[in-house]
Amino acid sequence: MSLDHYLVLAGILFSIGAATVLLRRNAIIVFMGVELMLNATNLLLVTFSRLHGQLDGQVLAFFVMVVAAAEVVVGLAIIVSIYRTRRSASVDDVNLLKS
Amino acid sequence: MHTLTTWATSVPLSEIGPATAEPVRAGIYAVAPLLVGLPLASAAILLLLGRRSDKWGHWLGVLASAGAFVIGLLTFLAMLGRDSSSRILDVHLGTWIDAGAFHLDAGMRLDPLSLTFVLLVTFVGTLIHVYSVAYMDHDRDRRRFFAYLNLFVAAMLVLVLADSYLLLFVGWEGVGLASYLLIGFWNHRTPYAVAAKKAFIANRIGDIGLIVALGLMFATFGGVDFGTVLGADMSGVNQATLTGIGLMLLLAACGKSAQFPLQSWLGDAMAGPTPVSALIHAATMVTAGVYLIVRSSAIFDAAPTAQLVVVVVGAITLLFGAIVGCAKDDIKKALAASTMSQIGYMVLAAGLGPAGYAFAIFHLVTHGFFKAGMFLGAGSVMHGMDDQVDMRRFGGLARYMKITYVTFGLGWLAILGVPPFSGFWSKDKIIEAAFIPTDGQEWRAWVFGMVALLGAGITAFYMSRLFFMTFEGERRWSTKTDGSPQHPHESPALMTWPMIILAVGSAGLGLVLGLGGRFVDWLAPVTGSGEHGEPVLPAGVLIALTLVLVVAGAVLAWRRYAISTVPVIPPIGAPLTRAARVDLYQDAVNDALLVEPGQHLTRSLVYADKAVVDGGAVGIGQTTVGLGQILRKTQTGFVRSYAATMLIGLVVLVVAVLVIQS
Repeated sequence: MSLDHYLVLAGILFSIGAATVLLRRNAIIVFMGVELMLNATNLLLVTFSRLHGQLDGQVLAFFVMVVAAAEVVVGLAIIVSIYRTRRSASVDDVNLLKS
Repeated sequence: MHTLTTWATSVPLSEIGPATAEPVRAGIYAVAPLLVGLPLASAAILLLLGRRSDKWGHWLGVLASAGAFVIGLLTFLAMLGRDSSSRILDVHLGTWIDAGAFHLDAGMRLDPLSLTFVLLVTFVGTLIHVYSVAYMDHDRDRRRFFAYLNLFVAAMLVLVLADSYLLLFVGWEGVGLASYLLIGFWNHRTPYAVAAKKAFIANRIGDIGLIVALGLMFATFGGVDFGTVLGADMSGVNQATLTGIGLMLLLAACGKSAQFPLQSWLGDAMAGPTPVSALIHAATMVTAGVYLIVRSSAIFDAAPTAQLVVVVVGAITLLFGAIVGCAKDDIKKALAASTMSQIGYMVLAAGLGPAGYAFAIFHLVTHGFFKAGMFLGAGSVMHGMDDQVDMRRFGGLARYMKITYVTFGLGWLAILGVPPFSGFWSKDKIIEAAFIPTDGQEWRAWVFGMVALLGAGITAFYMSRLFFMTFEGERRWSTKTDGSPQHPHESPALMTWPMIILAVGSAGLGLVLGLGGRFVDWLAPVTGSGEHGEPVLPAGVLIALTLVLVVAGAVLAWRRYAISTVPVIPPIGAPLTRAARVDLYQDAVNDALLVEPGQHLTRSLVYADKAVVDGGAVGIGQTTVGLGQILRKTQTGFVRSYAATMLIGLVVLVVAVLVIQS
């Protein structure tokens, strides 16, 4: 297991997450894409932490997880709220600011 | 030069310069402000009450003018009771402008010169007011007419009574306004409205001169009141500045007095009702330029170059008006040309310096009488002839309008300068003064003397032509505008009496004022009585020469326009006649030199304004809007596209950093 494997895996995970965010319309799926991207980043942080023998990266990964958890709470609440008012969870329908 | 030398030293009383003035408050002088107040109040009342004062408005106007005359007369009598050395009085009215270094009091200068004008304006003005009551009887706007006439009288009195150039300027603009309103009184006819505008614009060009002169005076003397400016020690002032002030004052005088090259408006100004032509465009307002020059005598005396230009302008206008007068068939326009020419005489005299000032004013007064009388006569003829003004359609009117004939005849004899009528006493003196060498330059005496002499001959010809074409010869009447035959008839008493009084003045005023030099002595406190040189020809020879020329001109006119038949259709005439008919192409020259280039300039400026200024402002707006339109398309409202933009941006950033680092 060389460093390259970790990097490539993180890149693949990040790309899948990004593609999900950009291509899917369902807000919950988009959210899952975001989580995937965050986790790809976490993987990199942990990888380099181990590579350099320092704990900074792992600590940062924990921070990311905590923030992601908080973010998920707020984000899901917004999605539910939008779904209740608009009967839709599609991100394309949320364009009040444009019109 | 006498004003310079006499200012500092004690001198004989008769040579007191124009600068000594003493303040007065008591007696008749205290009511002097009413001179202006009465007509002004009347004008305000008539204009504010509007149609409600239609029934009695004209009589209020007459009363206001007559009241001003009575006050003027009382002031005059009080002035006569004073010693001639203390006849320059200042009535202080209050502080007008107090701004930093500039302090100006409003006040009235009562002296022989201003009182002469006051009496002329109010007396002739009142007569013309009375005349207008009948003349404007059928006009539904008669009340408005009287309001304007009163406004004019008030403004003219401000002009002549002002004790500073700035207050004079107020009156100067006031008479210009009144003149504009009255020329365009029948402004529902486009040519009349255009004539009013033309007069106003020509006057404005002159006004620029007065404004510049005001500025120069303030810069040079530190004030614009007569006491400061005319009392200043001119020998310490730059000659070029004095010449500049003089020329600017002359420009103002040219505009107001229809002198070359600003003369073109006067002929068109005849569009106004005839009493207006008599009062404003013959007797009073157009002579304001002469007043300005004589009032500023201290400046002109110290600026010989400006004086020479004044004389040249006077001489040119004198001949110009006379030549134009010979060819005009419109009786009012012929009289207007004559007015121009006669004012040319006055300006010429005013340019001759101390030798001519008094005679300029003297001629102004006599001219005010006989020319106003003749204009009223012309109005009477028009009144009896269904507003016909073409002299070729008159003829033989002497039998039908006896009073008009006689009164006009007296005015005619007066303007010809036949002794002992008024014109002889004033015009002959001007001719004599023109023959006196100035500063020892004999060529000037010969040139300007001969011009004045020649002018007298031409005057005799064209005035006789006018007189004979109207009153003598056979009838050449056409029908009225409605097709019925003409019935010339004498005008009502309200019109004839003013004419009679003015005719008496035309006949006798010169004798009364001129005999023994009474008028010259009366004006001496203002104009001074400098030493007079001797004319290059003896005075007796000059009088004889003038009379010979006058008789020759009159006889020529008699043969051509009284004995022989006057064609109703004007003959083609000599080239000079054709040129004179169109005012020696003055309108064409003005159009080509000023109007058309001016119009081109304004049109190009309008174009430049639209293309550059507006184009710039609008262009910036349009560019911004266009850019916004393009950028707006990126704002789709789709979160995903925003996210994609961010991602792409990030990738580009990373790639860029990598490329730079590698």
